[in-house]
Amino acid sequence: MTMAMLWQVLHILLIVALAPLVTGWVRLVKSRLNGRCGPSPLQPYRDLFRLLQKESVVAHSASWVFRAAPYITFAAIWLAACAVPTFTLNMALVPAADLIAVVALLGLARFWTALAGMDVGTSFGGLGSSREMLIASLAEPAMLMVTFSLSLLSGSTSPARIMMFVLSGNIGLSVSLGLALVALIMVALAETGRIPIDNPATHLELTMVHEAMLLEYSGRHLAMMDMAAMVRLLLFLALIGGVFLPFGIGLPGGGPAQAAVGLAAFLARTFALASLMAVFETSIAKMRVFRYADFLGGALLLGLLATIFHYVSEAV
Amino acid sequence: MLIAAALGLLLVLALLAVMFGAFARTHSLVYAGCGIASLALLVGGLRHLGVVEASPSLVLPMGLPWLSAHLRLDNLSALFMVIVNVSGAAASLFAIGYNRHLPEPARVTPFFALFLFGMNAVLLADDAFVFLTSWEFMSLSSWALVISDHTKKENRNAATLYLVMAVFGTFCLLTCFGTMAGAGGDYTFAAMRARELGPLAMFLVVLLALFGAGSKAGLVPLHAWLPLAHPAAPSHVSALMSGVMTKVAMYALIRILLDLRMDVAWQWGEAIMVVGGITAVLGVLYAVLQDDLKTLLAYSTVENIGVALIGLGLAIAFKGSGETSLAALALVAALYHMINHSIFKSLLFLGAGAVQTASGERSLATLGGLLNRMPWTGAAVLVGAAAISALPPLNGFVSEWLIFQALFKGPALPHWAMKFGVPVVGAFLALAAALAAACFVRAYGIAFLGRPRSPQAAAAGEVDWSMRSAMVLLALLCVVLGAIPVTVTEALDGVVQPLTGVHFAVSADLGWPWLSPVSSTRGSYSGTVLVMVGLAMAALTVFVVHRLGTTRLRRSDAWDCGHREDIPQSQYTGQSFSQPLRRVFAATLFAAREEVEMPEPGDLGPARLKVRLIDPIWLGFYVSIMVVVDFIADRINILQFLTVRRYLLMMFGTLVILLLVVALRQQ
Repeated sequence: MTMAMLWQVLHILLIVALAPLVTGWVRLVKSRLNGRCGPSPLQPYRDLFRLLQKESVVAHSASWVFRAAPYITFAAIWLAACAVPTFTLNMALVPAADLIAVVALLGLARFWTALAGMDVGTSFGGLGSSREMLIASLAEPAMLMVTFSLSLLSGSTSPARIMMFVLSGNIGLSVSLGLALVALIMVALAETGRIPIDNPATHLELTMVHEAMLLEYSGRHLAMMDMAAMVRLLLFLALIGGVFLPFGIGLPGGGPAQAAVGLAAFLARTFALASLMAVFETSIAKMRVFRYADFLGGALLLGLLATIFHYVSEAV
Repeated sequence: MLIAAALGLLLVLALLAVMFGAFARTHSLVYAGCGIASLALLVGGLRHLGVVEASPSLVLPMGLPWLSAHLRLDNLSALFMVIVNVSGAAASLFAIGYNRHLPEPARVTPFFALFLFGMNAVLLADDAFVFLTSWEFMSLSSWALVISDHTKKENRNAATLYLVMAVFGTFCLLTCFGTMAGAGGDYTFAAMRARELGPLAMFLVVLLALFGAGSKAGLVPLHAWLPLAHPAAPSHVSALMSGVMTKVAMYALIRILLDLRMDVAWQWGEAIMVVGGITAVLGVLYAVLQDDLKTLLAYSTVENIGVALIGLGLAIAFKGSGETSLAALALVAALYHMINHSIFKSLLFLGAGAVQTASGERSLATLGGLLNRMPWTGAAVLVGAAAISALPPLNGFVSEWLIFQALFKGPALPHWAMKFGVPVVGAFLALAAALAAACFVRAYGIAFLGRPRSPQAAAAGEVDWSMRSAMVLLALLCVVLGAIPVTVTEALDGVVQPLTGVHFAVSADLGWPWLSPVSSTRGSYSGTVLVMVGLAMAALTVFVVHRLGTTRLRRSDAWDCGHREDIPQSQYTGQSFSQPLRRVFAATLFAAREEVEMPEPGDLGPARLKVRLIDPIWLGFYVSIMVVVDFIADRINILQFLTVRRYLLMMFGTLVILLLVVALRQQ
């Protein structure tokens, strides 16, 4: 139990320490693919630190929701990340939240971000919130359907248990696992605001979704919102990597050596997935807003199909 | 004894309100009395909830000549008594201040007390006669409340439709109980439990129960009256109608389908589950498109009834297939959701009432910026909105989590219909949950955040202490019921155990704060731990950020990408917020069409956007029924203009036919 506590604390700290680096890495790879030299992967740390030093400017019409939202958003996403194992499955908080709770905690973060977008009363903020809730209304069910199919396969909704089941190796080549993977990747792209749903680097107001909600933020509040987005990206990479490539992850009862191996494996697969994402983002274009429904509706149907294929393959 | 005294007090209060209705002070005093009676009933219910075995019963020498009135308080009744009276007490407290703002309080107060009495009496009934009488009592007193503001035409229409649907519902329930009692006519619940029913009678019983109780609960397609009638009543009554009366209807459904008939087939469970899924999605889709705050809340009630029905349907399906422990899980989930919904829906309706009191408006298009002007109301409603959006760590999430856990075990059943049905219903439930979040971000963001969209909203001020404290108490309950889920499920165990035959067991190897049904490896949740860790992490974040950076803060104009505009009309409105959702979801379902009227260049008239929605259920179901009824009525109308000779001929013909039937039966 004390070991699990220790790993949990290390995990929580690792998430925060690593998240800006992963985002920086994605930006660097994208720049290189675009033929640019690109900023150092450490740039997000410097940006965050700079924002923390600046005073925060808050509009007259803003209420306390606007000032509380960055902290609540960040804490909710961070809390969700606590339950998604990175380098070891032996963590104290694993039973506190399963995948359904992770989805709901991300929902909590989105609820506050969307409210904050509407708080100042500008047209861009409302636009961002409205679109974000459209995306969520399809991405969240899709993620829950992925959870459903994973729980059918592994008999559990807890991410650590699912990873343990995949590690045990008696799944073979599963069609429904494949469909669930595709659906989860589609959801992850939408939830983390990446191309083709949203463009994290956009400066054209009319195309923004996530950024539009944050337009009024500055200083430490903006730093918290940015940090929350980075942690969310890392959370999804850890989840996808952990569920579909959990090799090397530390098991309950394993010692520090196993955790070290797990850490190396985690870093390797996270950066590999981040690079893949950068390649994917560079190779396609952003969608029109009303095409989101097709994309995310597709993810929802894939999740549903994944469960149905499970019975079909069981029956055959 | 306590309960009888409280019920008597409610009747006396109704009488007092009628006698002294002309004095303004009377109403506040009567509401205070109603609050005390509700609290007494709440204590009575809570005290009984802990006792598993004993169910005190009482036979009163009144009622029909051959049937005395049977009353009984078992665990199920006790639980619903708690549900009714938590909201009842809060609504009474709210009304102490709120009744001063009503146009004609004398039309409301007596019926409010009677309405509370009727709902509690339904729960205590142990025979069909008392049940139906109290049920009608509840329906008619709430009808009187719906029409209390009778000067508005839409209220009168809503009340008429409500009356028609209430009569229809009671007719179905009457026939349902009649079928269960059989030819012998023993209308006590105990006799009904003992009777064996044939397959046809069983079919009728379940169908009629669904129609009868479902029409009161707001089951699609029987929901049409609900979003018209609930908002028409004064807000503290809307809170009770939406938050509590729908629960009494669910109580009737549970009583009939899980207690009076222990042998409902799993196919019915599946059917109820699918209807629940459709109800949930349609309800929330309607809700997200509404502009009127109270209509939006009423549609959201339809959604939540659908969610609870999914749990109830699952429980019946599991029970019908012999999976009793899973049935207990599904039933606990459904009951938990009903408790939660009664609390946050009452809270939100009271909030809508406070908004209406402060600004005189309840249309989203005229509100805005209320959080800065009504900090208490705003904070309480925010808790309610987050809870109804099923966000952790509040109570709405726990019940939703339990329903998902029960659903995810659905494929364990051997039937293929369940294996394929459950994922689809799961997708419906997930869709409903996500849309509910969108709906309440929209409602809260437009009404309470941003800048005021009208002078009335700008002039709004905080409401008085009684209204504030009612809302804050309910908001606290939302937090508490979310933070200690295991304590709640333990209390619910006593309710589900007699209905399913097994205890609802939280997995033992994890212990108190961990909610892990089925088994410890299946997936678990702990609201208690999440709250503590989450608070610690948030505090750490605030500390580190303020330590590492600066705490300086400057108030300034909004940036808005360099646009400078002071017109609040440039903000997003409810209509524009839901436009993407409307295009995606409502374009085919409700045949949503948008028309833009642009003035010619140089014309200073405003541009207009017209949105047209067609309600497929109203058109396909109600309108066609009305057309058929009109048609038949026209044909039958001829019968009123016959000669005496023909009337005699018809009587003779009827007699011959009846004699033939008797003759055939005797052979």
